[in-house]
Amino acid sequence: MAIYLTQESRVLVQGMTGGEGMRHTRRMLAAGTDVVGGVNPRKAGRTVDFGDRAVPVFGSVAEGIAATGADVSVVFVPPAFVRAAVTEAADAGIGLAVVITEGVPVHDSVAFTAYAAARGTRIIGPNCPGLISPGQSNAGIIPADITKPGRIGLVSKSGTLTYQLMYELRDIGFSTCVGIGGDPVVGTSHIDCLAAFESDPDTELIVLIGEIGGDAEERAAGYIRDHVTKPVVGYIAGFTAPEGRTMGHAGAIVSGSSGTARAKKEALEAVGVRVGGTPTETARLVLAALEGTA
Amino acid sequence: MDLYEHQARQLFDRHGIVVPRAEITDSPKEAREIARRLGGRAVVKAQVKTGGRGKAGGVKFAADPAAAELTARQILGMDIKGHTVGTVMLAEPVAVEAEFYVSYVLDRAGGRFLAIASAEGGMDIEEVAATRPEAVARVPVDPAEGVTASKAAEIAEAAGLPARAVDVLVRLWQVLVREDALLVEVNPLVRTTRGQILALDGKVTLDDNAAFRQARWGSETDGYGDPLEAAAAAKGLTYVRLDGEVGIIGNGAGLVMSTLDVVAGCGARPANFLDIGGGASAQVMADGLTVILSDPAVRSVLVNVFGGITACDAVAEGIVRALDTVRLTRPLVVRLDGNNAARGREILDARRHPLVEQATTMDGAARRAADLATAA
Repeated sequence: MAIYLTQESRVLVQGMTGGEGMRHTRRMLAAGTDVVGGVNPRKAGRTVDFGDRAVPVFGSVAEGIAATGADVSVVFVPPAFVRAAVTEAADAGIGLAVVITEGVPVHDSVAFTAYAAARGTRIIGPNCPGLISPGQSNAGIIPADITKPGRIGLVSKSGTLTYQLMYELRDIGFSTCVGIGGDPVVGTSHIDCLAAFESDPDTELIVLIGEIGGDAEERAAGYIRDHVTKPVVGYIAGFTAPEGRTMGHAGAIVSGSSGTARAKKEALEAVGVRVGGTPTETARLVLAALEGTA
Repeated sequence: MDLYEHQARQLFDRHGIVVPRAEITDSPKEAREIARRLGGRAVVKAQVKTGGRGKAGGVKFAADPAAAELTARQILGMDIKGHTVGTVMLAEPVAVEAEFYVSYVLDRAGGRFLAIASAEGGMDIEEVAATRPEAVARVPVDPAEGVTASKAAEIAEAAGLPARAVDVLVRLWQVLVREDALLVEVNPLVRTTRGQILALDGKVTLDDNAAFRQARWGSETDGYGDPLEAAAAAKGLTYVRLDGEVGIIGNGAGLVMSTLDVVAGCGARPANFLDIGGGASAQVMADGLTVILSDPAVRSVLVNVFGGITACDAVAEGIVRALDTVRLTRPLVVRLDGNNAARGREILDARRHPLVEQATTMDGAARRAADLATAA
């Protein structure tokens, strides 16, 4: 069944006519995503030809929804315009907005995540690779050809670690892989995804990838203890990160004694999550858990 | 980006929060002159981007200009928690009647900012927070409403701050929002014996992501201390220098952090974190390799790329390009997987450089790079 994104999802792309938007719309279409339109007020009324599919450009998200019944938006606009783009999508009543853009100011993320939540719009991101339900739909920039449909659900702060684990577990396959993003404020949390995977009949096991910074993984551990019955396998990046240095992601920073990889690993292990020391070992733990031999 | 105290003061002043008169210098002789201008007596304060300066001896009172010179000489060059003191600030002394604490911090879990305030400010605020949490008020701020006068009154009431601190709470919120800060803290906020409310010390962290709309940030944002970090930043690379011997390049923050960990697990220490980002061109890869090879501490280099958006053939071409411009004297281990990996491996095989070898897995590549670095 997958979570958040299925083959029924009808996808608009805000910023489709930009360089990144064009490139990734082409890839999404190739992965089977039902991209029903782009949004650009200056290019409304045109269509963009992607080989065998001509995609119309709408002047606003609201027009796109009215014309196509779209329920998902993927946002590729530059950082300065993300807040306005998400606000517009939420006002138009979109169900899910996936914000790929990196470098969004935190004050903007605080504002648009609160605004969207109040209007019932789920945000994934910002600064994320998006999500993919293999064989059904792909909203974002995750490479679609690494793996196939299957029974693992994956939630991750990191794009490339998502790809790495998808690749290592390619023979088992995935229900949905969600890259929630590595910024300090994101719209969808590990816990949101855990809850969705727990109630998804097609997901048998959940992989949770975290990294240094904040306490999202510790809170996820508390949620797993109280609410998750399916096996969870974890991986945490950043054991070698020094205090006070931002390691690439805006949110990946150890401040004082908080946010360390060790604390996150221990919190997860304390509630029965098996945590791998490397991506490869994590994949082995998943295979063992699925075989019931662990 | 964390600001120095004197930079934070500039922002406070810009938004109408009163700060004591002060000047900065890197010269003891000039410190004497500044003390004279301030009326003779001065507080000499080390300017470092870390807390706990007072306890480390980085904040001292000087009773006259000669003492200010001597004190500045003692504090300049001091090491405070790994930070070398390059400048001192001399501030006019203030007769303090009461000390308070106020800050706005990002609450990641709640996706919003929190006001944190206490009627017991000063050097021991961490201890107060740990031993008597009830003495510290934590009030969430609705992002749509912000801190209005009535919200500020609510915060002041919860923390037991005087009514005259309400105006400071509103102005401090304006610093946070208008300057795109992730953290603003005034500790201590004081009431002087003459009843004036002053920000005696402050801390501000700005959001680097907002630089595009903050043309006013100028003197507040100084350069990079480390020359290699400056060189990497000039090329638009995300680079953090560490103190080990294995240079590490990868694509994506998570994968690079993971690579660092796997190398450390093999008994070597990472020399750096370098993320070429998504969709990197051959030039970006070449620039990254050039930066890493200019670090003499590096004894081997590991390139770990899982091509998603990034194409492995572009990465391989970047490596070849770097080999044409930099003389490679240390071994290079490359692991390419994902998008166009087969083509990338062919490009490296065709180059046949004696110091370049390929590995088929992340773990194997890390093991090999660690062995090469520790054997060298």
